[in-house]
Amino acid sequence: MTDLVAALRTTRGIVTLVLLVLLAVLPLLTQAFDQRYLLSIGTRVLIWAIAAVSLNLILGYGGMVSFGHAVFFGTGGYAVGILAHHGIASGWIQWPVAIAASALWALVVGALSLRTRGLYFIMITLAFAQLLYYVGVGLEAYGADDGLNIGRSRFAGLIDLRDKASFYWLCLALLCATLWFCSRFANSRFGLVIRGAKSNELRMAALGFPVFRYRLAAFTISGAFGGLSGILMANEGAYISPAMMSWVKSGDLIVIVVLGGMGTLFGPLYGTIAFFLLEESLKPLLDLLRKGWGEYWQIVFGPMLVLIALYARGGIDSLMGRSRG
Amino acid sequence: MDYLLLQVLNGVQLGLLMFLLAAGLTLTFGIMDLVNLAHGSLYMMGAYIAWTFVGWTDSFVLGALLALPATFLLGVVVEMVVARRLYARDHLDQVLATFGLILFFNELVRVIWGPAGKSLAVPAFLNRTVEILPGVPYPAYRFAIIVVGAVVAVLLAWLVARTRLGMLIRAGASNRRMIGALGVDIELLFTLVFGLGAVFAGLAGLMAAPITSVKIGMGDDILILAFVIIVIGGIGSIKGAFVAAMLVGQIDIVGRAFLPDFLKTFLSSAAASSAAPAISQVLVYVVMAGVLVWRPTGLFGQRA
Amino acid sequence: MTYRLFGAATIAALAFGLQPAMAQAPIKIGFISTFSGPQAAIGEDMRRSVELAKEHLGGKMAGRAFEIIYEDDQFKPDVGKQRSEKLVQQDKVNFVAGYIWSNVLLASLKTVTDEGDTILISSNAGPSQIAGELCNKNFFSTSWQNDQTPMAMGAYLQGKAVKSLYLMAGNYAAGKDMLAGVKRTFKGQIIGEDLTKWPDQLDFSAELAKIRAAKPDGIFIFYPGAHGVQFLTQYAQAGLKGQIPLYQVFSIDAITLPQQKELALGTMGAQEWVNDLPNDQNKRFVADFRKKHGVFPSFYGAQSYDSIMLIASAAEALKGDLSSKDKVRAELKKANFKSLRGDFKYNTNQFPIQNFYIQEAVKDAEGTMTLKTVATAVKDAKDPYYEKCPMK
Repeated sequence: MTDLVAALRTTRGIVTLVLLVLLAVLPLLTQAFDQRYLLSIGTRVLIWAIAAVSLNLILGYGGMVSFGHAVFFGTGGYAVGILAHHGIASGWIQWPVAIAASALWALVVGALSLRTRGLYFIMITLAFAQLLYYVGVGLEAYGADDGLNIGRSRFAGLIDLRDKASFYWLCLALLCATLWFCSRFANSRFGLVIRGAKSNELRMAALGFPVFRYRLAAFTISGAFGGLSGILMANEGAYISPAMMSWVKSGDLIVIVVLGGMGTLFGPLYGTIAFFLLEESLKPLLDLLRKGWGEYWQIVFGPMLVLIALYARGGIDSLMGRSRG
Repeated sequence: MDYLLLQVLNGVQLGLLMFLLAAGLTLTFGIMDLVNLAHGSLYMMGAYIAWTFVGWTDSFVLGALLALPATFLLGVVVEMVVARRLYARDHLDQVLATFGLILFFNELVRVIWGPAGKSLAVPAFLNRTVEILPGVPYPAYRFAIIVVGAVVAVLLAWLVARTRLGMLIRAGASNRRMIGALGVDIELLFTLVFGLGAVFAGLAGLMAAPITSVKIGMGDDILILAFVIIVIGGIGSIKGAFVAAMLVGQIDIVGRAFLPDFLKTFLSSAAASSAAPAISQVLVYVVMAGVLVWRPTGLFGQRA
Repeated sequence: MTYRLFGAATIAALAFGLQPAMAQAPIKIGFISTFSGPQAAIGEDMRRSVELAKEHLGGKMAGRAFEIIYEDDQFKPDVGKQRSEKLVQQDKVNFVAGYIWSNVLLASLKTVTDEGDTILISSNAGPSQIAGELCNKNFFSTSWQNDQTPMAMGAYLQGKAVKSLYLMAGNYAAGKDMLAGVKRTFKGQIIGEDLTKWPDQLDFSAELAKIRAAKPDGIFIFYPGAHGVQFLTQYAQAGLKGQIPLYQVFSIDAITLPQQKELALGTMGAQEWVNDLPNDQNKRFVADFRKKHGVFPSFYGAQSYDSIMLIASAAEALKGDLSSKDKVRAELKKANFKSLRGDFKYNTNQFPIQNFYIQEAVKDAEGTMTLKTVATAVKDAKDPYYEKCPMK
């Protein structure tokens, strides 16, 4: 408890608290100001943040640059979508199956690719993601690249996912749970081995830790949480398609994690918010300068990424002083 | 038999084109340790610049010859403004920054040349078919690509194996610190190599242009394939890039030309015609994953 | 604390473009298309046509001003869905129109028609699901259902001396629809069939070599946009032009012709609209478009122009009062406007019942490549899915 109080005295603590409170009351605000679209953006931010946190587990803490993380949007989403398509609408069945499927896929991919390093690892994770992407494109029974309109998961009597505000709060609760898990993970013995292996793999191996198995476990857990974000994404749009798994999405996730601050607890959340803010505001801002310029927003966004990569090493999180972790 | 020969040639032509692109990529990675996603943008710029010059000079060959130094200059500018700041960074920063460059170049092209694609006509003297064997016609332009690609591959092999620049490149690929110790102006070497890579990418782009048309984002699709090639071959290895490019070229053609008929021998016709494109689409990725599981640093790569 | 929070929220709301509601606000029409990337030329052609429609209407529908809000789907279904969501929820548009791609339309459909209870008018995409079981009272089409155009082509070829066909299309849902469509009406021999990687295949050499070996009477292709340019170039380079005739849907149009040039000469295609259709509104549209932009408009543009005119017809009939959605839908369903393709009626699934024409790529008197109507392939055609639609 005293830890918590101490943490709240830092800038980071205050910013985080204000942010969480704002996120918690967002549905009330959007209703009061009749800004439903803001709530839609908010929901997407939360879903992407869960995916970013899960990527951060392996990328930020473990140094494993996976260029195929969006594939878990697909594994989670398709598991829900396929079950729903066959009339199994209950979330109590859909969700565990989807998470298990995502973890299983992560286990297989991890087992095959974690022996490689550097660019090889980046490319092999991309290859496996492309594999599933094209499988999705080939699944004619489930709409192929047209995708599939599905019904939302049902939790009878508990929560109605069609209600935008309830769904938003559910996403927020799941994000908080994911963050909680992540903080426990980072400071556990398990997490310390993963982080240690990032900076010096040989040393960890010499200390007697089976690094490969630890990494595989982390990769699988990350996949499971990634699958959770996929479940939510399918329910948010009531639609699944292979485009959920495109490599550009994997790239976006990496950008988000780096932008927010790798290997920090709240970095992925900051990164997601900043990413969506940029995406939504850059266009109107340029249009304000001169009508019609908004369409060329990427000519500004591109160099911004370059500058972030060059000069914002620690991401947004580092703007708030040194991290405790 | 004629049909088989035609398809093998198609694979060789595709492979050589990919090799041009992959060679620059593997050079910049081998020497400067740079993951350059913007390599595909240089490919695109090569094609657009060539289109402009061909329009001015009214001659494909003249326009192409002018476009090459122009892409070299462009490569040098990209190197001096952005790339050189990235050499010492980790791969993640490089991916991020060069991804930003892709977005920038794609938009830039739209501002300068407009959203509609451009078509570059095949030069008149190549706009016919040649008989590679009696009664087996092959497009002369594709044949020209094979010739140019082969010449460049030989030239590159000579450059790497026999010249001082090549010696430095080989030294750099195996031990980066060593070149510094040799008293070489590293900055200049890096700029030159980057420019050289840009020329290869530009050459690939302008040669592909009459076949695929010139369009925004044309380098993005092909970039991933180029990465697959250098990873299969072993990063930094020119020989590896060549072997892998040939392999990928043949795999692609086999998947498209022979797989459907092969599947029909044990699947129903309908199942085969829907399964074949799906399988051929993922074939190169399966091969790459297989190679990496078997050899984690590619066919000809050094241990990391 | 509360005060501060709400202050922050107000700023946030302002940043997102909060606008006060006004009494006689203009009619708002959202328009989704692809304005970036390799397919941006299609979006540009659609926008030019919509702007021309606006000009022809004098910027007013039934005396009420109207504005068009363009959004870019970036050729991605999820982006298209988000942009549709923005149009419905933030801009609170009265109609959403546009949509080139089937998958973008399918991803956006529920957001607009069900959750937003907003009327959607597809200016191009026509996936079979929406014509059949997913048909919706809020959905109208000013184009066609995917199968129809290749069916028209197949029917035409069936009547000619073409005995065998080799089929090629991109390996994606619309590509498969197109091949299924031509097979519905063409009863000759299908000698071979290739679905090629989509959208990233650059090279057709392997397939062209197969065609040369198979010696069909004709090749049928579906390669929209930039891919049509690629295919035609390589088909000519392989020396097949003049040996095996090419028949196409959506692969040669006013957008691709300036790049395909002479390579396209003599190639037949099917379409529900051609730039030389002799009705007055079409003459005016094509002439004004050419005067303004120096090029011919495409069918994408013509269908987009029709979308705006369809909306205008409903607004006029209701004297600008769009408050009752039932009345608006009833007016739209009458299709009481001068379509560029000539008059058409709506089927029960709210897709047009219309003619399809066979067009040939020719050089006009000024030496410009264009398309010329040569035959009527089918009259008053209905799509093959409308009976699956529960609406009557």
